[in-house]
Amino acid sequence: MALFIVRRLLQSLLVLLAVSVVVFCAVYAVGDPIELLVSPDVAQAERDALIARLGLDLPLWKQYGVFLWRALHGDLGNSFVHGIPAVQLILQRFPATLELVFVAITLTCVLGISLGLVAGLYRDRWLGRGIMAGSIFGFSVPNFWQGMVFILLFAVWLGWLPASGRGPTIDVLGVPLSVFSAEGWSHIAMPAVNLAIANIALVLRMTASGVSEAQSQDYVRFARAKGIKPGRIVRRHILRNILIPVVTVIGMEFGSLIAYSTITETVFSWPGMGKLLIDSVYQLDRPVIVAYVMLVTLLFVMINLVVDLLYAVLDPRVQLLEPTA
Amino acid sequence: MSTVYPTIKKIAVVVACAFAGIAQAQTLKIGLASEPTAVDPHYHQTTPNEALVSHIFQPLLAMSPDMTLMPALAKSWEATEETVWTFKLDENARFSNGEPFTAQDVIFSFCRILNNETGIGSGAVNTVRRIAAIEAPDERTVLLKTTVPQPVLPNELARIPMIWSGIVKHDKLTFTPKEGCGVTSPWPVVNDFNSGKAVVGTGPYTLRSYVKGSGIVLERNDKYWGEAPAWSEVHMRAVPSAGPRLTGLLAGDFDLIENPAARDLKRIKESGFEYTVKPSVRVMFFQLDAGREQSPMVKSPKGDNPLQNAKVRQAMSLAIDRKTIVARIMDGVAEPANQYIPQGMFGAIEGAPALEYNPKKAKELLAEAGYPDGFELTLSATNDRYINDAQLTQAVAQYLSRIGIKTTVDTMTRSVYFPKRAKREMSAALGGWGSETGEAGNFLQYWTTTYNKELGVGSSNYGRYSNPELDKVYLQAMRTLDDGKRSELLQQAVKMALADMPNIPLHFESGVWAYRKGIAYEGRADQRTLATGATLAK
Repeated sequence: MALFIVRRLLQSLLVLLAVSVVVFCAVYAVGDPIELLVSPDVAQAERDALIARLGLDLPLWKQYGVFLWRALHGDLGNSFVHGIPAVQLILQRFPATLELVFVAITLTCVLGISLGLVAGLYRDRWLGRGIMAGSIFGFSVPNFWQGMVFILLFAVWLGWLPASGRGPTIDVLGVPLSVFSAEGWSHIAMPAVNLAIANIALVLRMTASGVSEAQSQDYVRFARAKGIKPGRIVRRHILRNILIPVVTVIGMEFGSLIAYSTITETVFSWPGMGKLLIDSVYQLDRPVIVAYVMLVTLLFVMINLVVDLLYAVLDPRVQLLEPTA
Repeated sequence: MSTVYPTIKKIAVVVACAFAGIAQAQTLKIGLASEPTAVDPHYHQTTPNEALVSHIFQPLLAMSPDMTLMPALAKSWEATEETVWTFKLDENARFSNGEPFTAQDVIFSFCRILNNETGIGSGAVNTVRRIAAIEAPDERTVLLKTTVPQPVLPNELARIPMIWSGIVKHDKLTFTPKEGCGVTSPWPVVNDFNSGKAVVGTGPYTLRSYVKGSGIVLERNDKYWGEAPAWSEVHMRAVPSAGPRLTGLLAGDFDLIENPAARDLKRIKESGFEYTVKPSVRVMFFQLDAGREQSPMVKSPKGDNPLQNAKVRQAMSLAIDRKTIVARIMDGVAEPANQYIPQGMFGAIEGAPALEYNPKKAKELLAEAGYPDGFELTLSATNDRYINDAQLTQAVAQYLSRIGIKTTVDTMTRSVYFPKRAKREMSAALGGWGSETGEAGNFLQYWTTTYNKELGVGSSNYGRYSNPELDKVYLQAMRTLDDGKRSELLQQAVKMALADMPNIPLHFESGVWAYRKGIAYEGRADQRTLATGATLAK
């Protein structure tokens, strides 16, 4: 197990290095940020001084070298626009995104798995059919449009929920969170549901098909023939067996929600990382873009590791190390 | 966890109640179109930054909503010699901590601008560089000495907020920027302001909190030396997309929003909200590549660059129907431009006629210039920077096509556009410029005058148009202290620029604000959104 983790971490380092090269070159190719940063009424001397200070006068390979050297010392550079460390800027936004994603993922797990279970068990009745039909809407409606409709319905027409932004926050162990107040929930409800709907539909369909497949398997038939209670069959025999692909998907979705909740964050003006990324791309804030992609890559690598470990917990047959031949 | 949770819940309830209580006091919630990048008043000279900062800090002189100069921290100003501006500071002016505002703070503020290691491109540096020496004969008098006459200096000072010298340790302050001015501790950096540590200003508000991306809270400065503002608290949050910003207003999240889309104005009115439209100093124009034999986005039958020919440039201007563009593309929320700053401002041509729309004459001019069959041209523009920039460019392209110039359109996001334009990869590029000094010289300085690194002029003259006569008149104007004479010279220079037409003016954008009933809002020509401009309607 320990060896497995060490090996995976080493692989991750290589992945991060490769990603950094690609992102650095890509961001460099887009253009020179100085024209966006500096107003035309700034004298050439100031402009030159700024270019030198930001290191934009160096050739690409040298800029990358400087970046890599600093990154090895834990410094991913300062934001061009805000003048503070890019990592600090991202981490300031992280709690907002994390909170949103946690609520969305919880909704996904609870609603997705339970509705999927119902749909799978009552596949041939109107209840199961209804859930399956409803799930099609879930992932075919565009995310941003769905968000707009939510806002129009619940904020503008009904006036129940605020249209945008995050509620008041309370520091919990130094992390500002808004889910501990009613006002905070009124802010988070719409964006979290908006973010969750497509995932609920996905998890629901996976669970449903898994359940209906498992029901026709021999081990379930035997269990039933043995006279085990239906509830126990569902819990111990069916669910346990179908959860592996579901866990994989939820793990991956967790990562992509954190990294790419951009659309929801933009529609609801949620002050998270996704919105920061969009703003930074607009302003060609290179250090922030690079740092963002690096952190997200790290996040994905870690999530995959956790998912692999979860397999082992769910299914004792899974071995984390390939047998040495 | 089970023991922690109820406590957290209790705190939550208390905090929620506290917020609800505040909301009932006079709070103004503003939805901004873009977020300020810092609270540091000398960090970045952009409209959102300047707007935020002007709630907290004040300059020596200020601009009225119509861009006329008025007293602020200085109650009077006067050119006592050709190269000396004398300012009398207002003895009532106080910082939010109760300290009086003195000449020492002026010296410190100017010194800090030149010793600002974290700043990015503030035009204030340019202005302060032109000050050769500062003298303070007493606490309330400041003499700014320059090497040559600087008639526009007071206008430029209206963009330079003053900070408190007490945020650093110092001996007697002198204007010796290279030697450190007498400051003995490190200079404040951007984070000292963002964290609120160094935020001590003379303005009507103080900073309560600033969380990047989340929002800004200002509260009334109880020690403010001027008239107390209407709102005890101001909440600002940036919502860059116009749609969500408007729904925020309709849903009651905001009391006031800036820049709603012009097409939504009817709906705003119908939903029981109000709006203000204020013509701004921002002119939209096409800059033509007039300085090169060959231009990258032009294909002429003769193989030359027709944009070098003044007749061709005039013909292009004649081909554009500005009134229709304003009515159809801008939904009436703009003013057709006939020069580079709006009528009535300093140095604007008095009673200038509208720029003519005459396609027939345009065709004749084109033939006269030697291009009876026109040529091929690509118009370059942003699609996410100015109001309706892409549609505007499409419309201009159609007008040009009608007189025989085969025009195509190339629009792109601003992060691609601006670097490309700076590398001069365009032939006709859309530009937008707000002359925030409120006088005609500003546009000429950056966009029309011959590119000259040493003089600091023509820095945005990407078309490299050059007219030595115009340069001479402009430079003379910028050395003339006599307002009447300077205005005349500026008008003369603007007329020359219009006759040669290197920049084809299209329209002046208008600032738009929408707000709930019960508020009155006065717009500003510099497009800044200020809480002090909003009052409770009677």
